[in-house]
Amino acid sequence: MRCPQTPGGGSAALAWRRPPLRVAGLSVCARRAFARSARVVRTARLRRGAGRLLLLVSLLLPLHALAVSNPADMLPDPAMEERARNLGRDIRCMVCQNQSIEDSEVGLARDLRLIVRERIAAGETDEQVKAFLHARYGDFVLLKPPFAWSTAALWATPAIAVLLGLGLIIAMRRRQAQVAGPPPLTEEERRRLAALGVTPGGTGQDGKRA
Amino acid sequence: MSPASRRALLFAPFAVAAAGGVAFYGMLQGMKTGEYNPRGVPSALIGQHAPDFTLPPLDGADRPALSAADLRNLPGPVLVNFWASWCVPCIIEHPQLMRLSNEGVPVFGIAYKDKPADSLKFLRERGNPFRRLSKDEPGRVAIDWGVYGVPETYLLDRQGIIRWRFAGPVTPDVLDQDIRPLLRRHAS
Repeated sequence: MRCPQTPGGGSAALAWRRPPLRVAGLSVCARRAFARSARVVRTARLRRGAGRLLLLVSLLLPLHALAVSNPADMLPDPAMEERARNLGRDIRCMVCQNQSIEDSEVGLARDLRLIVRERIAAGETDEQVKAFLHARYGDFVLLKPPFAWSTAALWATPAIAVLLGLGLIIAMRRRQAQVAGPPPLTEEERRRLAALGVTPGGTGQDGKRA
Repeated sequence: MSPASRRALLFAPFAVAAAGGVAFYGMLQGMKTGEYNPRGVPSALIGQHAPDFTLPPLDGADRPALSAADLRNLPGPVLVNFWASWCVPCIIEHPQLMRLSNEGVPVFGIAYKDKPADSLKFLRERGNPFRRLSKDEPGRVAIDWGVYGVPETYLLDRQGIIRWRFAGPVTPDVLDQDIRPLLRRHAS
Protein backbone atom coordinates (compact mmCIF):
# COMPACT_ATOMS: atom_id res chain seq x y z
CA MET A 1 0.00 0.00 0.00
CA ARG A 2 1.39 3.35 -0.96
CA CYS A 3 0.24 6.90 -1.10
CA PRO A 4 -0.32 8.64 -4.40
CA GLN A 5 1.84 11.63 -5.05
CA THR A 6 -0.41 14.43 -3.90
CA PRO A 7 -2.28 14.97 -0.70
CA GLY A 8 -5.86 14.15 -1.42
CA GLY A 9 -4.87 12.38 -4.61
CA GLY A 10 -6.22 9.19 -3.15
CA SER A 11 -9.60 10.70 -2.49
CA ALA A 12 -10.10 11.37 -6.20
CA ALA A 13 -11.02 7.74 -6.68
CA LEU A 14 -13.38 7.88 -3.72
CA ALA A 15 -15.13 10.92 -5.11
CA TRP A 16 -16.70 8.67 -7.71
CA ARG A 17 -18.70 7.02 -5.01
CA ARG A 18 -21.54 9.38 -4.32
CA PRO A 19 -22.91 9.49 -0.82
CA PRO A 20 -26.23 7.66 -0.57
CA LEU A 21 -29.24 9.84 -1.23
CA ARG A 22 -30.56 11.31 1.94
CA VAL A 23 -34.01 10.10 2.74
CA ALA A 24 -33.81 10.78 6.45
CA GLY A 25 -36.44 13.08 7.87
CA LEU A 26 -39.23 11.64 5.77
CA SER A 27 -41.18 10.59 8.81
CA VAL A 28 -41.20 14.07 10.29
CA CYS A 29 -44.34 15.11 8.51
CA ALA A 30 -46.45 12.42 6.92
CA ARG A 31 -48.16 14.75 4.53
CA ARG A 32 -45.00 16.27 3.15
CA ALA A 33 -43.27 12.94 3.10
CA PHE A 34 -44.90 11.76 -0.08
CA ALA A 35 -44.11 14.90 -2.02
CA ARG A 36 -40.56 14.91 -0.73
CA SER A 37 -39.92 11.27 -1.49
CA ALA A 38 -41.27 11.86 -4.97
CA ARG A 39 -38.78 14.67 -5.32
CA VAL A 40 -36.00 12.45 -4.05
CA VAL A 41 -36.90 9.79 -6.57
CA ARG A 42 -37.05 12.41 -9.29
CA THR A 43 -33.62 13.84 -8.43
CA ALA A 44 -32.21 10.35 -8.20
CA ARG A 45 -33.62 9.56 -11.62
CA LEU A 46 -32.31 12.84 -12.96
CA ARG A 47 -28.88 12.09 -11.51
CA ARG A 48 -28.86 8.62 -12.94
CA GLY A 49 -29.87 10.02 -16.31
CA ALA A 50 -27.13 12.60 -16.16
CA GLY A 51 -24.65 9.91 -15.16
CA ARG A 52 -25.65 7.76 -18.14
CA LEU A 53 -25.37 10.75 -20.47
CA LEU A 54 -21.90 11.49 -19.12
CA LEU A 55 -20.88 7.88 -19.64
CA LEU A 56 -22.19 7.95 -23.21
CA VAL A 57 -20.39 11.20 -23.98
CA SER A 58 -17.15 9.92 -22.47
CA LEU A 59 -17.43 6.74 -24.54
CA LEU A 60 -17.89 8.74 -27.71
CA LEU A 61 -14.99 11.09 -27.03
CA PRO A 62 -11.77 10.20 -28.78
CA LEU A 63 -9.27 8.90 -26.29
CA HIS A 64 -6.65 11.57 -26.71
CA ALA A 65 -9.19 14.21 -25.81
CA LEU A 66 -8.95 12.90 -22.25
CA ALA A 67 -5.32 13.97 -22.01
CA VAL A 68 -4.86 16.39 -19.17
CA SER A 69 -4.31 19.89 -20.36
CA ASN A 70 -4.27 22.55 -17.74
CA PRO A 71 -4.03 25.67 -19.92
CA ALA A 72 -1.76 27.31 -17.35
CA ASP A 73 0.79 24.50 -17.77
CA MET A 74 0.92 24.71 -21.55
CA LEU A 75 3.82 26.28 -23.38
CA PRO A 76 2.98 29.50 -25.22
CA ASP A 77 4.62 28.23 -28.40
CA PRO A 78 2.22 25.71 -30.04
CA ALA A 79 5.04 23.87 -31.80
CA MET A 80 6.93 23.40 -28.54
CA GLU A 81 3.73 22.34 -26.77
CA GLU A 82 3.12 19.77 -29.49
CA ARG A 83 6.64 18.44 -29.01
CA ALA A 84 6.13 18.28 -25.27
CA ARG A 85 2.88 16.35 -25.72
CA ASN A 86 4.39 13.85 -28.13
CA LEU A 87 7.29 13.36 -25.77
CA GLY A 88 5.02 13.07 -22.75
CA ARG A 89 3.06 10.29 -24.39
CA ASP A 90 6.22 8.17 -24.34
CA ILE A 91 6.87 8.80 -20.64
CA ARG A 92 5.25 6.48 -18.17
CA CYS A 93 3.41 7.82 -15.17
CA MET A 94 5.29 6.00 -12.39
CA VAL A 95 2.26 6.05 -10.09
CA CYS A 96 -0.48 4.73 -12.36
CA GLN A 97 2.10 2.75 -14.37
CA ASN A 98 -0.10 2.01 -17.37
CA GLN A 99 -0.68 5.58 -18.46
CA SER A 100 1.58 8.18 -19.94
CA ILE A 101 2.23 11.38 -18.04
CA GLU A 102 0.07 13.20 -20.59
CA ASP A 103 -2.89 11.01 -19.69
CA SER A 104 -2.56 11.04 -15.93
CA GLU A 105 -4.04 13.34 -13.31
CA VAL A 106 -1.56 12.28 -10.62
CA GLY A 107 0.60 14.96 -9.02
CA LEU A 108 3.89 13.37 -10.05
CA ALA A 109 2.71 13.14 -13.67
CA ARG A 110 1.98 16.87 -13.62
CA ASP A 111 5.42 17.56 -12.13
CA LEU A 112 7.01 15.52 -14.89
CA ARG A 113 4.90 17.28 -17.55
CA LEU A 114 6.15 20.59 -16.20
CA ILE A 115 9.75 19.36 -16.21
CA VAL A 116 9.39 18.23 -19.84
CA ARG A 117 8.05 21.67 -20.78
CA GLU A 118 10.71 23.56 -18.83
CA ARG A 119 13.46 21.59 -20.52
CA ILE A 120 11.97 21.98 -23.98
CA ALA A 121 11.57 25.71 -23.38
CA ALA A 122 15.22 25.81 -22.30
CA GLY A 123 16.16 24.45 -25.72
CA GLU A 124 16.87 20.81 -24.94
CA THR A 125 16.30 18.14 -27.55
CA ASP A 126 13.77 15.35 -27.03
CA GLU A 127 16.64 12.94 -26.41
CA GLN A 128 18.11 15.16 -23.71
CA VAL A 129 14.77 15.42 -21.93
CA LYS A 130 14.31 11.66 -22.12
CA ALA A 131 17.84 11.11 -20.84
CA PHE A 132 17.08 13.37 -17.87
CA LEU A 133 14.06 11.28 -16.89
CA HIS A 134 15.77 7.99 -17.71
CA ALA A 135 18.64 8.84 -15.36
CA ARG A 136 16.17 9.20 -12.50
CA TYR A 137 13.55 6.56 -13.16
CA GLY A 138 15.33 4.00 -15.34
CA ASP A 139 13.98 2.05 -18.31
CA PHE A 140 10.57 1.79 -16.69
CA VAL A 141 9.80 5.45 -17.26
CA LEU A 142 10.01 4.98 -21.03
CA LEU A 143 6.85 3.44 -22.45
CA LYS A 144 8.96 2.28 -25.41
CA PRO A 145 11.85 0.47 -23.71
CA PRO A 146 15.26 0.97 -25.31
CA PHE A 147 16.97 -1.98 -26.95
CA ALA A 148 19.62 -3.38 -24.63
CA TRP A 149 20.79 -6.79 -23.45
CA SER A 150 18.46 -6.56 -20.50
CA THR A 151 15.48 -5.93 -22.78
CA ALA A 152 16.54 -8.23 -25.63
CA ALA A 153 14.16 -11.01 -24.55
CA LEU A 154 11.33 -8.50 -24.50
CA TRP A 155 12.04 -7.27 -28.01
CA ALA A 156 12.70 -10.74 -29.37
CA THR A 157 9.43 -12.18 -28.05
CA PRO A 158 7.36 -11.46 -31.18
CA ALA A 159 10.03 -12.94 -33.47
CA ILE A 160 10.33 -16.00 -31.22
CA ALA A 161 6.56 -16.43 -31.21
CA VAL A 162 6.41 -16.22 -35.02
CA LEU A 163 9.26 -18.72 -35.38
CA LEU A 164 7.60 -21.13 -32.96
CA GLY A 165 4.32 -20.85 -34.86
CA LEU A 166 6.05 -21.42 -38.21
CA GLY A 167 7.86 -24.44 -36.79
CA LEU A 168 4.59 -25.84 -35.53
CA ILE A 169 2.92 -25.38 -38.91
CA ILE A 170 5.82 -27.02 -40.78
CA ALA A 171 5.87 -29.96 -38.34
CA MET A 172 2.13 -30.49 -38.71
CA ARG A 173 2.33 -30.32 -42.52
CA ARG A 174 5.12 -32.85 -42.56
CA ARG A 175 3.16 -35.25 -40.39
CA GLN A 176 0.10 -34.85 -42.61
CA ALA A 177 2.19 -35.67 -45.66
CA GLN A 178 3.45 -38.82 -43.98
CA VAL A 179 -0.05 -40.11 -43.30
CA ALA A 180 -0.96 -42.13 -46.39
CA GLY A 181 -4.30 -41.43 -47.97
CA PRO A 182 -6.85 -44.16 -48.52
CA PRO A 183 -5.72 -46.84 -50.96
CA PRO A 184 -6.78 -46.29 -54.60
CA LEU A 185 -10.08 -47.80 -55.72
CA THR A 186 -9.89 -51.25 -57.11
CA GLU A 187 -11.41 -52.12 -60.51
CA GLU A 188 -14.19 -53.94 -58.70
CA GLU A 189 -15.07 -50.84 -56.66
CA ARG A 190 -14.99 -48.65 -59.75
CA ARG A 191 -17.36 -50.96 -61.51
CA ARG A 192 -19.77 -50.92 -58.55
CA LEU A 193 -19.68 -47.15 -58.38
CA ALA A 194 -20.29 -46.91 -62.12
CA ALA A 195 -23.24 -49.28 -61.70
CA LEU A 196 -24.64 -46.90 -59.08
CA GLY A 197 -24.22 -44.05 -61.54
CA VAL A 198 -21.56 -42.34 -59.46
CA THR A 199 -18.35 -41.19 -61.01
CA PRO A 200 -15.51 -41.24 -58.49
CA GLY A 201 -15.17 -37.47 -58.57
CA GLY A 202 -13.17 -35.60 -55.99
CA THR A 203 -10.58 -38.30 -55.85
CA GLY A 204 -7.48 -38.22 -57.92
CA GLN A 205 -5.78 -41.08 -59.58
CA ASP A 206 -3.88 -42.02 -56.46
CA GLY A 207 -7.10 -42.05 -54.47
CA LYS A 208 -6.12 -39.01 -52.42
CA ARG A 209 -8.54 -36.19 -52.05
CA ALA A 210 -7.62 -33.41 -54.37
CA MET B 1 1.91 -40.53 -31.64
CA SER B 2 1.72 -43.49 -29.27
CA PRO B 3 -1.42 -43.83 -27.11
CA ALA B 4 0.68 -43.37 -23.96
CA SER B 5 2.11 -40.02 -25.05
CA ARG B 6 -1.32 -39.02 -26.31
CA ARG B 7 -2.75 -39.71 -22.86
CA ALA B 8 0.10 -37.78 -21.26
CA LEU B 9 -0.71 -34.84 -23.52
CA LEU B 10 -4.29 -34.89 -22.20
CA PHE B 11 -2.95 -34.02 -18.76
CA ALA B 12 -0.71 -31.23 -20.03
CA PRO B 13 -3.37 -28.49 -19.64
CA PHE B 14 -3.99 -29.60 -16.05
CA ALA B 15 -0.27 -29.53 -15.35
CA VAL B 16 0.00 -26.01 -16.79
CA ALA B 17 -3.00 -24.85 -14.75
CA ALA B 18 -1.55 -26.41 -11.59
CA ALA B 19 1.83 -24.74 -12.16
CA GLY B 20 0.04 -21.41 -12.66
CA GLY B 21 -1.88 -21.94 -9.44
CA VAL B 22 1.28 -22.66 -7.47
CA ALA B 23 2.99 -19.58 -8.91
CA PHE B 24 -0.05 -17.43 -8.13
CA TYR B 25 -0.15 -18.71 -4.55
CA GLY B 26 3.54 -17.93 -4.16
CA MET B 27 2.94 -14.44 -5.50
CA LEU B 28 0.10 -13.83 -3.05
CA GLN B 29 2.24 -15.06 -0.16
CA GLY B 30 5.06 -12.77 -1.27
CA MET B 31 2.67 -9.83 -1.43
CA LYS B 32 1.44 -10.62 2.08
CA THR B 33 4.91 -10.57 3.60
CA GLY B 34 6.02 -7.60 1.50
CA GLU B 35 8.72 -9.62 -0.28
CA TYR B 36 7.02 -9.25 -3.64
CA ASN B 37 5.63 -5.98 -4.86
CA PRO B 38 3.96 -6.19 -8.27
CA ARG B 39 4.24 -2.43 -8.70
CA GLY B 40 7.80 -2.24 -7.45
CA VAL B 41 10.32 -0.63 -9.75
CA PRO B 42 14.08 -0.92 -9.32
CA SER B 43 15.80 2.37 -8.63
CA ALA B 44 17.93 3.79 -11.41
CA LEU B 45 20.28 5.30 -8.81
CA ILE B 46 21.61 2.09 -7.25
CA GLY B 47 25.41 2.20 -7.23
CA GLN B 48 25.51 5.95 -7.74
CA HIS B 49 26.12 8.88 -5.45
CA ALA B 50 23.08 10.67 -4.16
CA PRO B 51 22.03 13.47 -6.52
CA ASP B 52 23.32 16.93 -5.76
CA PHE B 53 20.81 18.91 -3.74
CA THR B 54 20.30 21.43 -0.98
CA LEU B 55 17.05 21.73 0.90
CA PRO B 56 15.84 24.05 3.66
CA PRO B 57 15.38 22.63 7.16
CA LEU B 58 11.95 21.99 8.61
CA ASP B 59 11.70 25.02 10.87
CA GLY B 60 10.62 24.19 14.39
CA ALA B 61 11.76 20.56 14.24
CA ASP B 62 15.08 21.51 15.84
CA ARG B 63 17.08 19.39 13.39
CA PRO B 64 19.79 20.46 10.93
CA ALA B 65 18.92 20.46 7.24
CA LEU B 66 19.99 17.69 4.86
CA SER B 67 21.92 18.32 1.68
CA ALA B 68 24.10 16.24 -0.63
CA ALA B 69 27.24 17.41 1.20
CA ASP B 70 26.00 15.66 4.34
CA LEU B 71 25.94 12.35 2.48
CA ARG B 72 29.68 12.06 1.77
CA ASN B 73 32.41 10.42 3.87
CA LEU B 74 30.09 9.13 6.56
CA PRO B 75 31.11 7.20 9.70
CA GLY B 76 28.67 4.45 8.70
CA PRO B 77 25.70 3.64 6.48
CA VAL B 78 22.70 5.95 6.69
CA LEU B 79 19.05 5.85 5.73
CA VAL B 80 17.29 8.61 3.82
CA ASN B 81 13.53 8.52 4.20
CA PHE B 82 11.01 10.45 2.08
CA TRP B 83 7.76 10.84 3.98
CA ALA B 84 4.73 13.07 4.47
CA SER B 85 2.16 13.61 7.18
CA TRP B 86 -0.65 12.94 4.69
CA CYS B 87 0.75 9.51 3.86
CA VAL B 88 -0.89 6.64 5.73
CA PRO B 89 1.86 4.02 5.14
CA CYS B 90 4.27 6.53 6.70
CA ILE B 91 2.38 5.97 9.97
CA ILE B 92 2.85 2.21 9.55
CA GLU B 93 6.61 2.50 9.14
CA HIS B 94 7.15 5.17 11.77
CA PRO B 95 7.74 2.78 14.74
CA GLN B 96 10.46 0.99 12.74
CA LEU B 97 12.22 4.28 12.01
CA MET B 98 12.00 5.18 15.70
CA ARG B 99 13.55 1.84 16.61
CA LEU B 100 16.46 2.33 14.21
CA SER B 101 16.96 5.86 15.44
CA ASN B 102 16.99 4.73 19.07
CA GLU B 103 19.59 2.10 18.18
CA GLY B 104 21.82 4.88 16.86
CA VAL B 105 21.33 4.36 13.12
CA PRO B 106 21.37 7.76 11.41
CA VAL B 107 17.99 8.25 9.75
CA PHE B 108 17.71 11.38 7.60
CA GLY B 109 14.29 12.63 6.62
CA ILE B 110 12.86 14.65 3.74
CA ALA B 111 9.26 15.80 4.13
CA TYR B 112 7.76 15.48 0.66
CA LYS B 113 5.08 17.92 -0.55
CA ASP B 114 3.89 18.49 2.96
CA LYS B 115 2.80 21.59 4.83
CA PRO B 116 5.51 22.31 7.45
CA ALA B 117 2.88 22.72 10.17
CA ASP B 118 1.45 19.26 9.37
CA SER B 119 4.93 17.68 9.32
CA LEU B 120 5.68 19.20 12.72
CA LYS B 121 2.38 18.00 14.16
CA PHE B 122 3.08 14.46 12.89
CA LEU B 123 6.50 14.43 14.55
CA ARG B 124 5.25 15.99 17.80
CA GLU B 125 2.54 13.34 18.14
CA ARG B 126 4.62 10.31 17.17
CA GLY B 127 8.22 11.25 17.83
CA ASN B 128 11.01 12.45 15.58
CA PRO B 129 13.30 9.67 14.32
CA PHE B 130 15.30 11.97 12.04
CA ARG B 131 18.81 13.15 12.79
CA ARG B 132 18.66 15.58 9.90
CA LEU B 133 15.42 16.83 8.45
CA SER B 134 14.60 18.92 5.40
CA LYS B 135 11.46 19.79 3.56
CA ASP B 136 10.88 19.39 -0.16
CA GLU B 137 7.63 21.20 -0.72
CA PRO B 138 7.91 21.47 -4.55
CA GLY B 139 8.96 17.81 -4.73
CA ARG B 140 11.73 18.48 -7.26
CA VAL B 141 14.58 17.01 -5.24
CA ALA B 142 12.49 13.89 -4.76
CA ILE B 143 12.27 13.57 -8.56
CA ASP B 144 16.07 13.83 -8.74
CA TRP B 145 16.17 10.84 -6.38
CA GLY B 146 13.70 8.93 -8.53
CA VAL B 147 11.00 9.02 -5.88
CA TYR B 148 7.57 8.10 -7.23
CA GLY B 149 5.58 7.88 -4.03
CA VAL B 150 5.95 8.11 -0.30
CA PRO B 151 7.26 6.52 1.76
CA GLU B 152 10.53 5.65 0.09
CA THR B 153 13.66 4.69 1.94
CA TYR B 154 17.23 4.70 0.63
CA LEU B 155 20.27 3.13 2.21
CA LEU B 156 23.61 4.81 1.51
CA ASP B 157 27.00 3.37 2.34
CA ARG B 158 29.86 5.30 3.95
CA GLN B 159 30.94 6.78 0.65
CA GLY B 160 27.43 8.04 0.08
CA ILE B 161 26.64 5.57 -2.67
CA ILE B 162 23.02 4.47 -2.86
CA ARG B 163 22.95 0.73 -2.20
CA TRP B 164 19.26 0.00 -1.69
CA ARG B 165 15.89 1.62 -2.21
CA PHE B 166 12.58 0.48 -0.81
CA ALA B 167 9.31 1.89 -2.07
CA GLY B 168 6.63 1.39 0.54
CA PRO B 169 6.40 1.26 4.31
CA VAL B 170 9.33 -0.21 6.22
CA THR B 171 7.56 -3.04 8.04
CA PRO B 172 9.24 -5.05 10.83
CA ASP B 173 9.93 -7.74 8.18
CA VAL B 174 11.66 -5.26 5.90
CA LEU B 175 13.64 -3.98 8.86
CA ASP B 176 14.87 -7.44 9.88
CA GLN B 177 15.29 -9.05 6.47
CA ASP B 178 16.62 -6.13 4.43
CA ILE B 179 17.79 -3.17 6.43
CA ARG B 180 19.66 -4.91 9.25
CA PRO B 181 21.72 -7.19 6.94
CA LEU B 182 22.48 -4.20 4.71
CA LEU B 183 23.59 -2.10 7.68
CA ARG B 184 25.92 -4.92 8.72
CA ARG B 185 27.28 -5.43 5.22
CA HIS B 186 28.06 -1.75 4.69
CA ALA B 187 29.20 -1.07 8.26
CA SER B 188 32.90 -0.91 7.38
